[in-house]
Amino acid sequence: MSDPAWIEVAVTAARPRAVAALLRYFRDLDRAEEAFQDACLKALTRWPQDGPPRDPAAWLIFVGRNAQLDQVRRQARNVDLPDEARISDLEDAEIDMVARLDASHYRDDILLLLFICCHPELPDTQQLALALRIVSGLSVKQIARAFLVSDAAMEQRITRAKARIAGAGLAYDVPNALERSQRLAAVAAMIYLLFNAGYSASDEAIEARAVMCQEATRLARLLTKLFPAEPEITALLALLLLQHARLNARYDVAGAVVLLEDQDRNLWNSTHIAEGLALLDKALLRRTPGPYQVQAAIAACHDRAQRPQDTDWHSIERLYGTLEHMTPSPVITLNRAVAVSKARGPAPALQLIEPLATPLASYFHFHAVRGWLLAELGQAGEAATAWRQAISLSQSTAEAAQIRAQIDALALKP
Amino acid sequence: MLYAMLCYNDEDEVFTWSQAHNDSVMEKLHRVQEGLIAKGKLGPVARLMPTSSATTLRKQSDPPLVLDGPFAETKEQLLGFYILDCDNLDEALDIARELAAANPGGAFEIRPLLLFNDNRLGR
Repeated sequence: MSDPAWIEVAVTAARPRAVAALLRYFRDLDRAEEAFQDACLKALTRWPQDGPPRDPAAWLIFVGRNAQLDQVRRQARNVDLPDEARISDLEDAEIDMVARLDASHYRDDILLLLFICCHPELPDTQQLALALRIVSGLSVKQIARAFLVSDAAMEQRITRAKARIAGAGLAYDVPNALERSQRLAAVAAMIYLLFNAGYSASDEAIEARAVMCQEATRLARLLTKLFPAEPEITALLALLLLQHARLNARYDVAGAVVLLEDQDRNLWNSTHIAEGLALLDKALLRRTPGPYQVQAAIAACHDRAQRPQDTDWHSIERLYGTLEHMTPSPVITLNRAVAVSKARGPAPALQLIEPLATPLASYFHFHAVRGWLLAELGQAGEAATAWRQAISLSQSTAEAAQIRAQIDALALKP
Repeated sequence: MLYAMLCYNDEDEVFTWSQAHNDSVMEKLHRVQEGLIAKGKLGPVARLMPTSSATTLRKQSDPPLVLDGPFAETKEQLLGFYILDCDNLDEALDIARELAAANPGGAFEIRPLLLFNDNRLGR
């Protein structure tokens, strides 16, 4: 038991539950974080001696709370208190804690902790940075690397976000059913945003950003466990797993984007796929459809195909149609067009996207898809023009390089 | 005598292991298992998905009640298990209902397998 790795694993797994409970107790984010830090330091000295506690989260909550209370008293009276070795009979206290902190309490605490991070006044990037810092416990340095900004800039961003939250005043009361479902929806959206921020990484940020995908998946897992009867939450976890499964195949050794149909499917994570499919299956059994279930079903169509030509494009077309109906957006129509072209050919797909030219005028993928459809129809000149337009709008060198390769291939065609 | 060995651990930790850590644990287990398989001592090995993937069929009511989540009653004990090969959860539930009709009372927890090695017992 000399290996400190087990302590890190246990502390990381316990973090959201512990910080959430400490937040409810202190009603102050900074104090809750400090209390958790104190408890972690004590765990590093106590756990190697005493072995792992039965419930690490309960231990950390109990010890963190006492350490902070001691500090408050010390500051107030400026008198010395006995040292930490005095934490005696922890075993009994722990049993007591576990008895009082039942699952339903944890559930709303953790939901509130996550909900704080998606405060509507905070811009997206601040929401994600805050969630990674507070809930996941990543260092400012790690987060700064993921967002490609300096440590100082990220520190400032997080401090500003915390100040905004502190000023907003939070609802610590137990939420009613409506508030709970609203919080859940906001948190789910934030987790999906976090995942996509990691998934759309390019170039030098690929590795630093992979951590966002991992953390988003971990948070979705946590949420699914807390709310097992919410099919949309189960489907969100399924969606993340089904997409995460393809992460290692999305870039070649040079960091260039590899399109879905060109990916080496042996690099896909079959464990993630199996779990994602099982969770989607379970969510669908509820017969209450929602956007995450549809998106997970689309991802499942791709993941089930052993080879690109095995992909069930007719189902994907239908699913995008359903999604378009639930949450209308030109980007979803564009995605449906890709499925239409695969299922029924490029001509109807091109027709479908013509009305999107104005709303998606400055969208890289619109011009990339349009160029591809034109090329499929043998209109090489127009295809090249669309692709050049795409390159001018690309967000990364990897995206641009991938389109440039297509233009070169087009030029080589007889 | 045949024995079933049931594995318990904290899924919050196990399912957040890094890929590298997971692979190293599985590799170590695999090495031990290989020796046991060669001796004909080890039968089928299964690894379950986390409890979030579980569905429970309570069979004391008629028709049985389907619930999300794992089985969590401490007053009932694990008395056996089946391994089914089904196309989807719907089919698994149909089989569970059929079995429930033959033996009402208690519950079935239906949990997908993450891994299944169909080793044969005996030399």
